Amino acid sequence: MNHFLALPIVLPALTAALLLLLGDRLGLTRLISFLSSVALLAISVQLFSQASAGDIQTYALGDWSAPFGIVLVLDRLSGTLVLLTSVVAIAALYYSMQGWDNRGKYFHALFQFQLMGINGAFLTGDLFNLFVFFEVLLIASYCLLMYGFGARRLKASVHYVAINLTGSAIFLIAVSLLYSVTGTLNMAHLAEQVATSSPDDIALIRSAGLMLLGVFGVKAALFPLYFWLPTAYASACAPVAALFAIMTKVGVYSIFRFTTLIFGGASGASADITSPWLLPVALVTLALASLGVLAAKRLLELIAYLTVASVGTLLIAFTAGGTEGLSAALFYLVHSTLIVAALFLLAEMIAQSRGEAQDTLHSGPAMLQPVMLGIVFMLGAVIVGGLPLSSGFLAKLMILQSTAGSASMPWNWGMILGTSLITMIALSRAGSMLFWKTSYDASPTAKAPVVTQWLPVVFLFGCSLMMVIYAAPLKHFTDATAQQLNTPEQYISAVLGQTEDRVPRALPKEAK
Amino acid sequence: MELLLSSALGIVTACGVYLILRGRTFSVVLGLSLLGYAVNLFIFAMGRLTSSQPPVIVEQAVAYADPLPQALVLTAIVIGFGMTGFIVELALRTCHDTKSDHVDGQEPGQKAKVLRASKEGKKK
Repeated sequence: MNHFLALPIVLPALTAALLLLLGDRLGLTRLISFLSSVALLAISVQLFSQASAGDIQTYALGDWSAPFGIVLVLDRLSGTLVLLTSVVAIAALYYSMQGWDNRGKYFHALFQFQLMGINGAFLTGDLFNLFVFFEVLLIASYCLLMYGFGARRLKASVHYVAINLTGSAIFLIAVSLLYSVTGTLNMAHLAEQVATSSPDDIALIRSAGLMLLGVFGVKAALFPLYFWLPTAYASACAPVAALFAIMTKVGVYSIFRFTTLIFGGASGASADITSPWLLPVALVTLALASLGVLAAKRLLELIAYLTVASVGTLLIAFTAGGTEGLSAALFYLVHSTLIVAALFLLAEMIAQSRGEAQDTLHSGPAMLQPVMLGIVFMLGAVIVGGLPLSSGFLAKLMILQSTAGSASMPWNWGMILGTSLITMIALSRAGSMLFWKTSYDASPTAKAPVVTQWLPVVFLFGCSLMMVIYAAPLKHFTDATAQQLNTPEQYISAVLGQTEDRVPRALPKEAK
Repeated sequence: MELLLSSALGIVTACGVYLILRGRTFSVVLGLSLLGYAVNLFIFAMGRLTSSQPPVIVEQAVAYADPLPQALVLTAIVIGFGMTGFIVELALRTCHDTKSDHVDGQEPGQKAKVLRASKEGKKK
């Protein structure tokens, strides 16, 4: 058994506990938190290379074998997302050490708990355990969102907490409905049971599946459940917002996982229950999000809407494009997470170098370091809008190609191309407002961004550039990932063993 | 027993949903708690309703209660309890900082006051 698999969850958990004990000693907590994140990055690189070999690895917690105990499962998808999480995390953490972590207590402990929850959600192979890790990451995110206080953050938190608690309640109802019908919570076992369920249970299974879609839709910020996101993300502090860029992707990951595994093509009468819903919802999400981008009054709000738009785009690719579309969606997922995280950090640097005017999209005082900030902002806009030679261009091209033959092609192409144009318009308007429409003097409260603030932003942009340079190997990898996701038999046999050498099944239910 | 439990679940859920949709944080908190109770009972019921049957292996038992939902309910109760504590504190803090117990942090139709309140909040 490969104990390495539990480390992305255990390491942040232990680090967080240690950081809580250390309390207010800022220098020491910074050092420990950063070292732990570096170690996490090394571990996830190792896990990623293990996963890319193609075997699905499992880890039975407490050595309780699969359908009975909880398993962690590492396949290509979870390997990629764990790596992506630690890349974004290390940039956000380094940025936070330039001052944000000093404005309240226990920033680093909360940050590590958040990482634990995200990694756990990506790695677990058990539906109830997924709920638990969702709660871990949500509770950490509630505290991080409020971090630094202020009325705006508190108001955003009330909405965010209330909607997520309601979501959790619905998640529990769906999970227990599935359990009552299939008698299992292990996702691989659930996939088998759903496929062979009796016709009487189909209605219950379908309603549970759609409830799960609703819950994951809240996390992923799909229409009509995205209204909490722009306010929440725009009021969080920059490093937290950058980390939150990966949080919507947890919802997307769950949709990918349960659509391909549990409600995939092989699961009989309850197969593909989500596809009639996902495509229209994704299209509307993308359309409304790009209107939001256009209407945003603050730069952070604009970037938050870009997050929503990215979710819409990648779900269009996922639903309309088959295996090829899934591959394109994964490429887009990595690209959009990196660039949105970088933009959140950049937006705060812009805000601080404008002083009083903050990140509002009005004409304001002159900016400190306008050339550097302006060039990087333009690069970010190019990448996120998808102009040629950027990772966004490649990702959108792949998505367009994958949906080329489908029946919904006019809708998909029209929406993706149209919203790209709208995004470009909004970003150029924001850029010219921020950088050109200024007075001559800088505000006295403005602070120029320092080199250590630039480093994480440059790092994230560098990762995005790497995606262009190594686009071919990355595309081969996402192709293989999509292939693996669309053959759920591999996942099931990796978790439960081959059909012949299974462990004995649970006792049959007593007749009532 | 089935009728009693299912009607109770229905009523509690309905009350919870009604309260969540109210405008004041106190009712929302109450609604979330009620919904939590209903969900916990629901999980419990999904292990089938049995009475006086052991959940773990006993030699002389003829039938068993499902032990898993009991474990799940325990986890859900712990998480729910923690979250209730958190949201109560959050609601109090918001009420204190924004001078309003409305979920939007402002009394309906009072825009000007909100701006002032949020500036005060920032200074803190």
